Order: sequence, then C-alpha cells, then structure tokens
Amino acid sequence: MYPFNYHRPSSLADAVKLAGGDEAKIMAGGMTLLPTMKQRLAAPSDLVDLNALGLSGIAVAGGKVTIGAMTRHADVAGSAELKKAIPALAEMAGMIGDPMVRHRGTIGGSVANDDPAADYPSACLALGATIVTNTREIAADDFFVGLFETALQPGEIITKIIFPVPDKANYQKFRNPASRYAIVGVFVAKFAAGVRVAVTGAGSGGVFRQFDFEEALSKDFSVKAIEGIKQSADGLNSDIHADADYRAHLIGVMARRAVEAAK
Amino acid sequence: MSGTGIGARVLRKEDFRFITGKGQYTDDVNRYGQAHAVFLRSPHAHAEIRSIKLDAARAMPGVVDIFTGDDLAADKIGGLICGWMIHSKDGSPMKAGAHPALAQGKVRYVGDHVAVVIAETQAQARDAIEKIEVDYKVLSPVVAMADAVKKGAPVIHDVASDNTVYNWSLGDEAGTQAAFAKAAHVTKLDIVNNRLVPNPMEPRAAVGDYDSGTGGFTLYTTSQNPHVARLVLSAFIGIAPEHKLRVIAPDVGGGFGSKIFIYAEETVCVWAAKKVGRPVKWVADRTEAFLSDAHGRDHVTHAEMALDASGKILGLRVKTQANLGAYLSTFSSCVPTYLYAPLLSGQYDIPAIYVEVDGIYTNTAPVDAYRGAGRPEATFVIERMVEVAARELKQDPAAFRRKNFVRSFPHQTPVIMCYDAGDYDAAMTKALEMSDYKNIGARKAASAKKGLLRGIGFSAYIEACGIAPSAAVGSLGAGVGLWESAEVRVNPVGTVEILTGSHSHGQGHETTFAQLVSERLGIPIDNVAIVHGDTDKVQMGMGTYGSRSGAVGMSAISKALDKIEAKAKKVAGFVLEASPDDIEFKDGKFSVRGTDKEIDFGSVALQAYIAHKFNGQELEPGLKESAFWDPTNFTFPAGVHICELEIDPATGVTRIDRWTAVDDFGNVINPMIVEGQVHGGIAQGVGQALLEGAVYDASGQLVTASYMDYSMPRAGDLPSYDVGMTQTACPSNPLGIKGCGEAGAIAAPPAVMNAITDAIGHEGIAMPATPLAVWRAVQKTAPRAAAE
Amino acid sequence: MASVTLTVNGKSVTRDVDPRTLLVEFLREQLRMTGTHVGCDTTQCGCCTVHVNGEAMKSCTLLAVAVNGATITTIEGLAKGEDLHPMQAAFREHHGLQCGFCTPGMIMSAVDMVRRKGTDLDDKTIREELEGNICRCTGYHNIVKAIHYGAEAMGKAGTAAE
Ligand SMILES: Cc1cc2nc3c(=O)[nH]c(=O)nc-3n(C[C@H](O)[C@H](O)[C@H](O)COP(=O)(O)OP(=O)(O)OC[C@H]3O[C@@H](n4cnc5c(N)ncnc54)[C@H](O)[C@@H]3O)c2cc1C
Ligand code: FES
Ligand code: FES
Repeated sequence: MYPFNYHRPSSLADAVKLAGGDEAKIMAGGMTLLPTMKQRLAAPSDLVDLNALGLSGIAVAGGKVTIGAMTRHADVAGSAELKKAIPALAEMAGMIGDPMVRHRGTIGGSVANDDPAADYPSACLALGATIVTNTREIAADDFFVGLFETALQPGEIITKIIFPVPDKANYQKFRNPASRYAIVGVFVAKFAAGVRVAVTGAGSGGVFRQFDFEEALSKDFSVKAIEGIKQSADGLNSDIHADADYRAHLIGVMARRAVEAAK
Repeated sequence: MSGTGIGARVLRKEDFRFITGKGQYTDDVNRYGQAHAVFLRSPHAHAEIRSIKLDAARAMPGVVDIFTGDDLAADKIGGLICGWMIHSKDGSPMKAGAHPALAQGKVRYVGDHVAVVIAETQAQARDAIEKIEVDYKVLSPVVAMADAVKKGAPVIHDVASDNTVYNWSLGDEAGTQAAFAKAAHVTKLDIVNNRLVPNPMEPRAAVGDYDSGTGGFTLYTTSQNPHVARLVLSAFIGIAPEHKLRVIAPDVGGGFGSKIFIYAEETVCVWAAKKVGRPVKWVADRTEAFLSDAHGRDHVTHAEMALDASGKILGLRVKTQANLGAYLSTFSSCVPTYLYAPLLSGQYDIPAIYVEVDGIYTNTAPVDAYRGAGRPEATFVIERMVEVAARELKQDPAAFRRKNFVRSFPHQTPVIMCYDAGDYDAAMTKALEMSDYKNIGARKAASAKKGLLRGIGFSAYIEACGIAPSAAVGSLGAGVGLWESAEVRVNPVGTVEILTGSHSHGQGHETTFAQLVSERLGIPIDNVAIVHGDTDKVQMGMGTYGSRSGAVGMSAISKALDKIEAKAKKVAGFVLEASPDDIEFKDGKFSVRGTDKEIDFGSVALQAYIAHKFNGQELEPGLKESAFWDPTNFTFPAGVHICELEIDPATGVTRIDRWTAVDDFGNVINPMIVEGQVHGGIAQGVGQALLEGAVYDASGQLVTASYMDYSMPRAGDLPSYDVGMTQTACPSNPLGIKGCGEAGAIAAPPAVMNAITDAIGHEGIAMPATPLAVWRAVQKTAPRAAAE
Repeated sequence: MASVTLTVNGKSVTRDVDPRTLLVEFLREQLRMTGTHVGCDTTQCGCCTVHVNGEAMKSCTLLAVAVNGATITTIEGLAKGEDLHPMQAAFREHHGLQCGFCTPGMIMSAVDMVRRKGTDLDDKTIREELEGNICRCTGYHNIVKAIHYGAEAMGKAGTAAE
C-alpha cells in the first residue's frame, strides 16, 4: 500500500467535504478497495472512512424497502423483514463472497464499485431501485454506466438505496470457480407493471437488462415463455473460465431457473 | 503400551501448538535488527537486460542496499543447480542452462529475479523496487512446448539450441514394436496432464542471519529438507562450508514438493545477511508464490496400447513431452523420467513397454516435483488407457483390470521396477463392495430421470515410494543418496529424544515416530520428543518427500532402536548380574529369563549414565545410538479408487457424489493420520481434475496468478471420502511400511476423468474438467450416455 | 502516525501506527501474536480470520485504524490456559489439521459459524459456510467432521452464545 491520510468523519457533511479532495477515496467496507490498494493499483492521498456515519439499517414501508448504504451484506442477508418483503434480495446478499466478507462489505460499496461480476447491480436494475446520494436520487437504469463506472460524481456519496417490493423475484448465480463472483447472475423481478430481468457477470459493458426475456415474461411469467429465446453471445465476456457462448447459454439457463424459483 | 503404540489412532502431539496459535513458522521468526528483502521480478517472459539503474531506488527512504546478479557474480556465488543427471538416448548429458539466483544478462520467465532491495521495512523495500529502472530488450517468448521445439524458435538457453533438455527413453523399443505387430486391437489416446501450482497455504519465506564473530550463517527457511538445502548452498552455491551454515526449517505450512527445492530467494537472503551485516527477511506474497514456486505436471502425451482379442495387454508405447519451464529446478530432471516412466506398467502384467520423454524449456516458471511427482502423470496415462481399452473392447472396466493384474510377486516389469508385494485383486474386490458397484445401473437411471448424467470411474494405481536404495538411484543419475538417518538419545531419566533427518510439515511425525518409540521401548508417548528440521541438531538427513518418511525415516529410527536395545541389555546385564544374552526386553522391562529379576527402562537409562555397576572399559557409559537406513527397494503402495459423479448437462457442473478409496500401504502406524493423508491427496487430485490449471497467455504472462483466477478446491467442491484399507506388508523395510503421502493425488485424477468420460459417453475432454469444458464436451455427447 | 487502541483477547493495547497498517500486521508485528496467518493477497484464503466485535472478519483486509476501539479475539484468545475451547479440542480430536497453517483461521470461522448457525450443523451447511477458508492439506473431510462435533460440544458447554 502507498501511504495515505486517514479520516473518519462523523457527519455526512464532513465526509462530503473530505471526499471532494482530488485524490481522496471513500472507504466503506474496504473489501474491494483495500485489496486494490494492497496491490498498489490504487493510491489515494486521503481515505475517507464512512464507518462512523451510521447510514445503515433496513426499513420496509409502503411497498418499498430502504437499505442504508453502510448496511453489511450479512445484515441484508439476515434481515427477517427483508426476507418477508423481497426474499430474493436477502438470498442474493447471502451469496456474496463468504461470511467474513459479508460481515464487512456494504451494499453502498458494492453498488458504487459496479464490478461487472458483482451481484447487487443486477438486483438494483431488475428491481428498479433508486440510488440516493448526498445530492440526488438516481434511477438504477441511469446509474450503472459501464465497467466499474456509475453516474456518481467524484466525491458523491451513496446514502441509501430504495427498492420497490415486487410480486415475486429470484436471483440465480453461476459462480466463477476461482473467484466465486458471478460468471452469470440473473435477477428476475415480476411487478404488476411487468417483468424486469437483469444480468450481471456476463456483459462486457457490465450489468444489463435482458429485454427479450422481459417482454416474453411480462406476457406469460413461465419457464416456457423464454425457452425459445436465444441470448446472443455478442458483447459478452470471454475468459479462461467462460467464453461468450457459454455465458450466453448460461443466461438462458439461469433465467429459466430464476423464473421457476421466483417467490 | 496399549493405546499409543503402532496401529493406534493416537491424537497428534503437535496439534496443541497449532490450534492455540503457537506454531512457529518462518514468517513468525524475527531476528533482532532484521531488514526486509523484496525482489524485483521480470515483467517479461523473455528479455535481455541491457542495463539496470539503481540510483533513484538507492535514494529512497529506508533502503539499506540493493543487489543484482553482478554482485553475486563478483562474490563468486554459484547458480542454482539441478541435482539429477539425465542422459539422452544418444548418451549425451542433459543440457542444463545456467541458473543464477539473480539474473545475469537475461530473464527467462515472468517472475524471474532481477534485483533485490533490502530496506528497513517491507513497505519501504516495495517503494524502492518501483524506482529501479531496467532497460530490457524484449525477446519473443516461447510458451507452448509445441512452439519451443519448432525450427527457428527463439532460444532460451544457448546450451540448448533446440530448447530441448533431453530426449530420453526407457524400455525395449523393438520388443514393444513386435507386441504391436501381433495386436488384435490398439487403443490410442492423446493425453494432457495440466500444469499445477502447488499452493501450500504458507507462502515461502526465509530469514538469513550472519554472525561476524564466529563467521557462521544461519538460514531459517520454509524447507522440506534443510540438510539438502545446506548441502546445496554450501557445496554448489558456495555460501559457506557446511560447518559454518546452519539451516533451520521450523514449522512449515505444507510443502507438497514445492519446498524441497533450493530457490533464489533463500540463497540471496543468507548471502545478503553478511553483505549488509544484518539479518535479512523475505516473505512471499501469494502472487509471488504463483509466479516463482516450482510448478507441477505439464505433460503432453500420446499413448498406444496393444491388446490381444481377449483383452490381454501385450504392449504399451508412450511418447511424452514434459515442460520443465525456463530453468532446471533442483530435482526437475528426474520427475518426468525416472519417477514417471517406471510406473507406466501400473498394476498390470505388460510384457513390453517403450517410453520416450522429451524435456522441454519454455519461458515459464520452472516445473519440478509436486505431490506424486511423475507418478500421477504415469498413473493418469495407464489408467485412462486401460479404461478406454475396456470401453473399446466392450468389457467391464473392473473385469478388464482384473484380467491384466499382476498376480505373483516379486514381479519384474519391463521398466526397471520390481514389485515386491501386493494383492491388487483384494483391493478391487473391497472397492467394488464399498462403492456398491453392482447397483450403478440403477443409480445412473435415477440420475437420468432428474436430467443428470451419472458416471463412474476407476483408478487402480500403483506408486513407488521411498525413492531408494541409494546405489540404485545413483546409477540412474541422482546426485545424492536417498537413505535416512536417525539418532536416539535416551536421557538419564529415561525420556527419549529422536533426532531425525525427515521433516514434518503436516505429516504428524512428532506423533507417529513417537508411537514407534513408545511401542519399542515400552515408555509413555509423552516421554518421547521428536527433533527435526535443524542442521545443528540433526547431523544429516534427506528430508521429506516421495512418501519416504515412514518407510525410510522410521526404518532408520527402528535400526537405531535395535542398537539402543542391545546396549541397554548389556547395562541391564550388569545391574541384574546376568549375561546380556539372558536378558529379555518386553513392555518396557528388562528381565533375566526364567527369574523374577527385572528392571525398567528408565532405571537402565540411569544406570547407563551413572555407570556405577560396570567398568567403563568393558562398556561405554551412556545410552545414545544412531543409524543410517538405506532401503533395499522402492516400496509399492497400491490401491483402487472409485469416483462416482453427476453432471448437470445444462450447466456443465460436476458434483462428486461418492468417493471410495481402498489403499494398501503395508503396515500402518496411525490410521487416523494415514486417512488424513489420503483425504488431502484426493482433494489435490480432484483439484487437478476439476478445477486447477496454470494458464500462461501467448506473451508468457501467468493469467492464473492469484486465487481470483486459479481455482483452489474449497470445502464445497469436495465430497466426503469413504476410505478403506487392505494390507500386504512391505518386505523391504523392518516396519513393513509402504508410504501414504501421495496416493490420493496419484489415484484421483484418472478416477475423476474416467467417471466424467463415462457420464458424457466419449473421451474428448481434458483436465481441468471445468464447467465450461464439461458443457462443451456434453454438446458433443452421442446419445449413448443418455440412452443408458 | 495514528494511535490505535484495541482490546485484544481481553487486554487493552494502544500503539502508534502508520495508517496503512493492516489489522493482521498490527497483531503480528506490533503485538507479536503470530497465530493469525497470511496466506493470500486477495482476501480469499481466510488464514487471517479473527473476530472483530464478535464477528469473523479477515484481518488482512481491515485497517487497524478503521477498527480503533474494537474488541478483537484471535486464536490465542480462545483457550483458557490449558483448557482448550471446544472447537479447538474438536480439531485435535478429529484430526482437522495437518500443517496447521490454515487452522487458526478455520477455528475462528468455525466458532463464528456456530454463533450464526447454531450447534447442530450438517455437512452441507458447514461446507457452504467454509467458502472463505482454504486448506491445502486436509481435503476438508476431517475439518467438516471437527466442526460438526465442535459445534455440538459448544452447545453442551454453553460456549455457543459467547
Ligand atoms: C473474497 C471476496 C469475495 C467477494 N465476492 C463477491 C461476490 O461474490 N459478489 C459480489 O457482488 N461482491 C463480492 N465481493 C465484493 C464485496 O461485495 C465488496 O464488499 C463490495 O464490492 C464493496 O463493498 P465495500 O463496502 O467493501 O466497499 P469498499 O471496498 O470500501 O469500496 C468500494 C468502492 O466503492 C466506493 N464507495 C464505497 N461506499 C461508497 C458510498 N457509500 N458512496 C460512494 N462510493 C462508495 C469506494 O470509494 C470504492 O471505490 C467480494 C469481495 C471479496 C474480498
Ligand atoms: S490472508 Fe486474509 S484472506 Fe488470505
Ligand atoms: S492444515 Fe495445512 S493448510 Fe490446512
């Protein structure tokens, strides 16, 4: 690691001020940031630790679930209220990394980081979440811009994420055998207004919506409805663990399994 | 001594310190005033070094000194060596390129050592490393073996213009050809044995220390064989004569072969300690371990088997290319030759075998012994071949194997080995029973109903352990003898210290060796201490690898215990006033035959030291003996493993459902520890078959340089194992032990691949059978599997 | 330099450290408690697992300054003198370790697993929950067994709720 100045602000206002510095970096759980810094791939001059801000907790009200940015994956996975409201989201959080990572990593950090193989971005996109920051509210559809790239401005801090409660939903994850991140993850959410399907791990531009599946499932929420729809391999990732064809195939398999398991 | 003797499931004596966090690994060693070393590694697979500029780095805070290959050369520090001479079939010696500990003029793989920075802290050394400016002239790399041997390929070492270390052969070429000429059926297969990274959980580390008062060096290092390290560092590399170099291998966090070798880093640390006048510590991070630990396996093979119409094997022809990486590591040359080809007869009576092996240089990390070393590669070849032959001849794979088993012993194979004892049928029978083989059809049908493909695979492996006698390995080119030493020190109060040249890094020697002593001397196991891993305490030893510690190391202890017993009888004779010939030793007591006069072991020890009852001219005081044991043969553990698995054709995911292992390790000292060795071996074998593979890209960059890309087997990837045993005592050592450390890793890969190919109905898949590979292979599946 | 105060295995300790000091470095280098190991640089192996305010975390990926004030339990803090914690005893009893390098992390994870999942653990649960701990020696068979019986023993001894 390169040297840095460490800050632990106790108010959002202070955090925003500190995070505005040119070479400053926000740290939430540090589960992504610290490994990167240890490998000397990031060299922030100032590290702004959000852990003293509160910003955590889960509230269910009025057909919406609000999760504070600093809520740990383990708390999302274990929340009794969330398990009732959006069981798929709790289950998804329980699939992230391992128990130790889940004790520390946060929803805000995951969403802000927008790793193309991360799980949360697919949940946000499929559930049509709203990402709330210190300055504004951003619809998930506008938030995830590309690989590790979001609509966040430098120094902008996610404070909470609001998820509408669907009729049914499910997340199916096909793990990379080495890293255990998603090679393909498919989140399917059925609302009265229609079905949304988001795919993570596969796209060379990061998380994306599978509109063909959405259209078919909106008409008929059944495995059959998407059996015949072929996911194209164009624009999908290829690496030693999975080539684009395989990923395309897995998107279909995972989507069908998600539809079948949705509740 | 019931409960702690030979054959008992004694809990491990060493465990207390490990489970309470009190183990002492090399990284836990801190010497007063130590500085920290960090190595600058080559980012290129193949390049000339035009110049190295150190000024900016030297000016960085905390830098103590920086060294390059020129400094080693100026001090006349020799290069790393390969200690086993292999001759090509034309009689010429292998072509060993120079292997300086820090590059001199050229780098040959990504991770090769260019310079070392020694600084007050590791962080400062890392900061300074980034300021070293190296001007490289990048050369085209050769990464794949097929490219390395092409005409006009870039040359890695000038001594080997065709990038070939040797063209070696074993067996009777003409006789084998004749066997093929009369064959009714020939089975042919192309086989890849994937490259692995050993990955003991403790990364390598070294602390070098120099005492300017005595002129003595001390090296703490993660070694499986500290004495061999001292020998090489002294006699070949020239750090210091042996009596001025102490090598200590404290607790070692796993080795699996990769910590046998003498590497650049420990060489540099111990040398630099004198240069900078301070202890120098280096600890690898995991990425460095991936880049620079010697890798394992990496063979490409074409094999052909000649059979008669009934399915009797007539002959075997094998042609293998073995990737040895960019330099010859310490024992690399013998792995694909003498540790490989002599095992190609498997458990079978094969009249004619001919093997050709080409050792190839590539711009990749050196390849050397990894758990099993040569034997897994051989077993993979023969066990895939017999499975495929049985399938082609439409014979049951178990029956086909039985038909060809060696049945009388000793059995001389056409490839050096003389199998001394075994009962292959017994292991097969037991394994078939344990695995409920007769109902496999029903289980396959049940899986098919769920849309899954079920397969079953056998592996009837044999291995050769101990790697001895010395004269035999010497005649095959080994640079060392492969005996083992032991010293038994009985203290005046009757407690015992055993000094052994074997090294324990997970194998539980502190327990099993003590069990032997407890049984032989009739003393409580807590009264026995095992001392190992320090060249100042143990005079000489050959270390632990090749499953040799039981068969060779314990045999040496046994021999020394014989001497102790003989001497103690003399002492007892004086005390009990009887002739030593009339003294009996049983259950820890010496007694005069036919009388009730007796004395216990502790009292004899005391008498030996106070020497009141005998005249020092008649009998030397004291009770301490040593022995060197050189076996009369290799040992031949063998067994049958059966893997049963299910494949989800929709995703290519393989789930191992059952694992049956039946092994014949000869006599067993501690079944609990032996089973643990089998479990760990299987896990590494399953890892090779399903998950692990080192991948270099075309430019020679290691793509799998961390756990993010290299798939380590985790708990959820593996099944529970059903482990059984059969027993035929080994005739070539006094304890009848064969060795168990590598069996699982040797047996497992073909069992898995035979099961997968059974499930998918064709042979077109290579290791690692990742979900991607299996899914691709399933696309090509003929309806056979589905219909079954 | 930053001042860090932690309660480690019941004892309060304060050190001035460079902010980039990781918790594992703090334990190993400042306190010379070397039972917590480092086996990787990608936060995957779990050799460094300790409890931070009662929850298992990877000490290689925590800044010491960021957990200032926390209560830390390491492998050295589990046993009460010679009396092993039931999970330590189970690892020994069931041969759940070979080289011992992964073992401190395994045991710390196992104790945490019992806190979260109770004392009646089946094989499947144990294997899933060991996702973040890699062992190269044992093939996991005996680790799984040790955790099963260790959990049971924790239930009987009433240590599960600690
Ligand atoms: C071994 C391991 C396995 C993992 N497996 C998975 C997996 O399977 N699936 C998965 O999805 N993830 C996985 N992760 C990543 C994990 O989920 C991380 O916790 C997460 O990606 C980042 O969250 P964090 O709180 O740790 O953020 P940090 O690492 O602290 O920060 C990540 C990035 O987000 C920024 N940031 C953090 N919080 C905010 C905020 N509130 N507002 C604005 N920017 C912010 C930071 O500046 C930084 O750039 C794994 C991590 C590890 C170490
Ligand atoms: S050292 Fe912390 S997870 Fe590997
Ligand atoms: S016991 Fe050696 S890594 Fe687990």
